[in-house]
Amino acid sequence: MNANTRIAVITIIGAFMLSMMPLPDWAQDFRPDWVTLVLIYWTMALPASIGVTIAWCAGLMLDVSHGALLGQHALGLMLVIYIIHVQHQRLRVASLVQQAILILFLLLMKQAIVLWVSGIMGHAPDSWLYFMPSLSSALLWPWVYIILRDLRRKFALKTHY
Amino acid sequence: MQTLFLQGPSVTLRALTLVIASIGLMTLDHRWGQMENVRNAMSSVLYPLQYTIDLPIRLYHWADETLSTHQTLLENNRRLEDLYLENRVRLQKLDILEKENLRLRELLRATPKVAEEVLIAEIINVDVDPYRQLIIINKGSDDKVYISQPIIEAQGVIGQTVHVSSTSSTVMLITDASHAIPVQIDRTGLRAVAFGTGKIDQLDLRHIPHNADIRKGDTLITSGLGGRFPANYPVAVITHIERSPDEAFVTVTAEPLALLDRSREVLLVWHNQPQTTQDIDDER
Repeated sequence: MNANTRIAVITIIGAFMLSMMPLPDWAQDFRPDWVTLVLIYWTMALPASIGVTIAWCAGLMLDVSHGALLGQHALGLMLVIYIIHVQHQRLRVASLVQQAILILFLLLMKQAIVLWVSGIMGHAPDSWLYFMPSLSSALLWPWVYIILRDLRRKFALKTHY
Repeated sequence: MQTLFLQGPSVTLRALTLVIASIGLMTLDHRWGQMENVRNAMSSVLYPLQYTIDLPIRLYHWADETLSTHQTLLENNRRLEDLYLENRVRLQKLDILEKENLRLRELLRATPKVAEEVLIAEIINVDVDPYRQLIIINKGSDDKVYISQPIIEAQGVIGQTVHVSSTSSTVMLITDASHAIPVQIDRTGLRAVAFGTGKIDQLDLRHIPHNADIRKGDTLITSGLGGRFPANYPVAVITHIERSPDEAFVTVTAEPLALLDRSREVLLVWHNQPQTTQDIDDER
């Protein structure tokens, strides 16, 4: 495991902790999808080592932590990362705002997949606030991007992007 | 090695395989519930993270206890002693009643009451899913916790375990949208099923006929039907009844008695005889 991957793993663990951190009731609907944001960054930065398989495993962990059906978040997260992985070269040259807009739609797609499975299971949330995390995540994307990039530049010896 | 084109088609192939794997996993998990072992292994990995998140809150409680003044401790002690005395007196009465009950049952040759065992568990303060009513507790299969074990609190029933790993378990609250609990009204003995609504303070009673004797303020207790929950624990109190002539049934809502979002400690209950536990296992 080289320095880059090590930082990636540490930040992904950090994202998991943020996603389980207790929040006040009013803020719960707006909790950004930290795990997906961090994975999107690392897929763009290190597509050779972080990709669909790791995203799928992280998604399974999300399923366990959410008490959801195994595979529910895994499917959505993996598809998001697949699209990012295929398009990573184009995404790298896009501006942060353009990236954020794409991420908004990708996260909406992910939430729709999770919602669809919940609906089949019979406990779909009935509020439009359900889709709020996509919006808050997209709004936070520029900061996530800058923080992770600086982290990577600071700790990783070899940079290729 | 850094390549310019990263294994082009193989990513798509891998993604497709994972899509199929996800659908397969979901089916296995939902239809046959066979993924519990995998889930348990993964929750053991997550547990340290959850524990770390809970640590500051734990520390706060610890500091609160350690740094409380002598005076407060004395006051607390006195208050608890009074309460203990009060409860002792009540228990004495209860003991006599229980013995009488047992004697009467013997006279009637009725089945003996099942003894219940309890264990205190602490809630781990992590957010699970804002649209599900789930909590994590710090006891698991190491403490002989089993799936669909009833969880209660000083005020009433909280819920049941849905996933059990070795050191922690996930508990579904009675207000979860996919939860239902068999209850009866303690005043009349009318039986019903209380469905969770997804809101922390609301349960729905469905299929109550118009002529049923049911009033606002009635207490609902567990009926013990279904075998999962022990009988006669308080569940909820009826807050709203709407008798509309165009509907086939009365709309009845109730509010859970247990402090679902405020308690820190809960009680795990073992109430089944061995064969009943077996039955539940067979069901799954």
